[in-house]
Amino acid sequence: MYKILSKKVLNETVIEMEVHAPFVARKCLAGQFLMVMVKEDGERIPLTIADYSRERESVTIIFQVVGYTTTLMSELSEGDKLYAVTGPMGVPTHINGKLKRVLGIGGGVGVAPLYPQIKAFKEAGVHVDTILGGRNKDYVIMQDRFTDASDNLYVCTDDGSAGIKGFVTTQLQKLVDEGNEYDEVIAIGPLVMMRAVVEITKKLGIKTSVSLNPIMIDGTGMCGGCRLTYDGKTKFACVDGPDFDGFLVDFDELISRGKKYKKQEEKHMCMLDRGGN
Amino acid sequence: MSKFNMSLKKVAMPELDPKERVKGFSEVAIGYTKEMAMEEAKRCLQCKNPKCVGDCPVATPIPEFIDEVAKGNFKEAYEIIVKQNTMPAACGRVCPQETQCEGVCVRGIKGEPVAIGRLERFVADYVREHNLIETKKATANGIKVAVVGSGPAGLTCAGELAKLGYDVTIFEALHKEGGVLVYGIPEFRLPKEIVQYEIDEIKKLGVKIVTNVIIGRSITVDELVEEGFKAVFIGSGAGLPKFMGLPGENLKGVYSANEYLTRVNLMKAYQGGDNTPVQEAKNLAVIGGGNVAMDAARTALRMGVENVYIIYRRGEEELPARLEEVHHAKEEGVQFRLLNNPTEFIGDDDNWLTAVKCVEMELGEPDESGRRRPQVKADSEYEIPMDSVVISIGQSPNPLIKQTTEGLKTESWGGIIVEEETCETSKENVYAGGDVVSGAATVILAMGAGKRAAAAIDAKLNS
Repeated sequence: MYKILSKKVLNETVIEMEVHAPFVARKCLAGQFLMVMVKEDGERIPLTIADYSRERESVTIIFQVVGYTTTLMSELSEGDKLYAVTGPMGVPTHINGKLKRVLGIGGGVGVAPLYPQIKAFKEAGVHVDTILGGRNKDYVIMQDRFTDASDNLYVCTDDGSAGIKGFVTTQLQKLVDEGNEYDEVIAIGPLVMMRAVVEITKKLGIKTSVSLNPIMIDGTGMCGGCRLTYDGKTKFACVDGPDFDGFLVDFDELISRGKKYKKQEEKHMCMLDRGGN
Repeated sequence: MSKFNMSLKKVAMPELDPKERVKGFSEVAIGYTKEMAMEEAKRCLQCKNPKCVGDCPVATPIPEFIDEVAKGNFKEAYEIIVKQNTMPAACGRVCPQETQCEGVCVRGIKGEPVAIGRLERFVADYVREHNLIETKKATANGIKVAVVGSGPAGLTCAGELAKLGYDVTIFEALHKEGGVLVYGIPEFRLPKEIVQYEIDEIKKLGVKIVTNVIIGRSITVDELVEEGFKAVFIGSGAGLPKFMGLPGENLKGVYSANEYLTRVNLMKAYQGGDNTPVQEAKNLAVIGGGNVAMDAARTALRMGVENVYIIYRRGEEELPARLEEVHHAKEEGVQFRLLNNPTEFIGDDDNWLTAVKCVEMELGEPDESGRRRPQVKADSEYEIPMDSVVISIGQSPNPLIKQTTEGLKTESWGGIIVEEETCETSKENVYAGGDVVSGAATVILAMGAGKRAAAAIDAKLNS
């Protein structure tokens, strides 16, 4: 169990792995995530299920090497085994096939969780436009897969090495200004990116779904470590989410809570800055 | 030499020195030697109508096993216990004996009751250390039963069914077996090696445990039945932490007790290194007064926190924790602020907790639980500097099973509704017991439910 079936290096810090995990693959759906442990006394980290195969009993995870555990994972090869892969966790994304036009916005490694949702909408017959953003052309991952899964694909890079030069929000504003109408926006990426998207879509009244991945320990609703303030109430990202209505999320609090173990992580000469830099 | 030991006091339990023991996670109560055990065992008067057995949730044959201890027959004593109680090493350490067996012991009328818990622990440890246990598998009957959760309820239900020949598989959501025995109760009260030993004995009966499977997500209860399990026992526990709803509760530095203990116990934060950390703190307050609160406080001391407080809104007599835990906590230097309650958590500009605002309380008339109701004392507000807070005011049943099992009736607070004697739920052939039914309670009550369910399942499937 948990054997790495294949490994692809997508860029200098992002790795894709297909892992044999029968209990996860048999039932997982878009939007759900899993917990990975590399070794017995290591930590548990949440990663979104980017893709899955019921026949191969496998799940695909795409992760950025940002800390101790992801560094250890990056050093494993095809054929090696992870210690634990548990899931699926979280509420599956609600794919409303009756929608007409959906816009997906993915930033950095956030495109990995965006992919299964976009794919599901497209398969349900919805028109899908996607904006992918990254630092430079190497950081806009999964472009081929998104091209197949979207009616229109827009790429943005900070340095202009691919697509337009600018942030995903620049492209979002452009699409809106050009008269494009969307029933729903799905924004997944660094918290600051999702916050920026919501700032625009809230004013325009376009329903926006975000996907959150705070620090988690168990992922089953047991500890409250992943809690956030949502519509003034406390919710757990692992069991009430990970998808949430972006308009009701307290992003500032989440951004602050995400930095809680920065000092400890730095002691291990790693950086805890989840979601892409 | 007289047959009975008429001493009014229990034979003292050797313990690690309080100042030394907070530097590490070694077990505090060292355990009786065999001489001490035999001496204590002779305090039992072998009552003709023993009160103790009836007050034990799993009906451990107490005078019978103690009689063997008095004679030095420890293996026989173990075999007697384990017919009714498959986890004596754990129970001997964590049962609230003072409200159960020892609470009704006749020796307790004039002096101290017989140290039943210590004797149970001694027997379990002795046979383990001397490799005297011979667990045999029963003849298989080929009937599959599924158990959800590898905590005390699930382990017990599985063990009892396996003894009757059933093919039992336990599904555990975490990566380690044991439930609250491994994630909740700290190493210094219940060493994990010992828990694993007792679990391995249950596995020797033929029980299979599959970890990393979340019933309700990886597979639902209904799907388990479709896959051929003739009955399902739900022992998923009360792993949903309660928060107070106070301002500032999401500040960095505020933990639920589940998170704090899971990080330290299950995820081994106490070993340092690359393991899951907890925040360093000079001042830490645990809000609550139960066993979990004591565990969190004593764990914090061991994690190097200089000032550890227990803030509890009622008084000493109302503390729900086991007496031994309160006693040990005080010895170790936990500062008790009884009749105090937090009202707000104060933080700095970077959202780190810096202080807790509290009020003093006084006790009024009893409430529904029978305990005197705490009331706020006027003009008693004060602030105390704090780096970390651990909210330990209780846990509710994890709602995942309820949310993913159609037709499963629950209380409004989440407890699965069952028929008391059989533990059967509103769904046929689906049973439940332990904290998922009762709310957070004890290991032994969970074990009792596991036993009743196993008996009921057997009665149904064998008829």
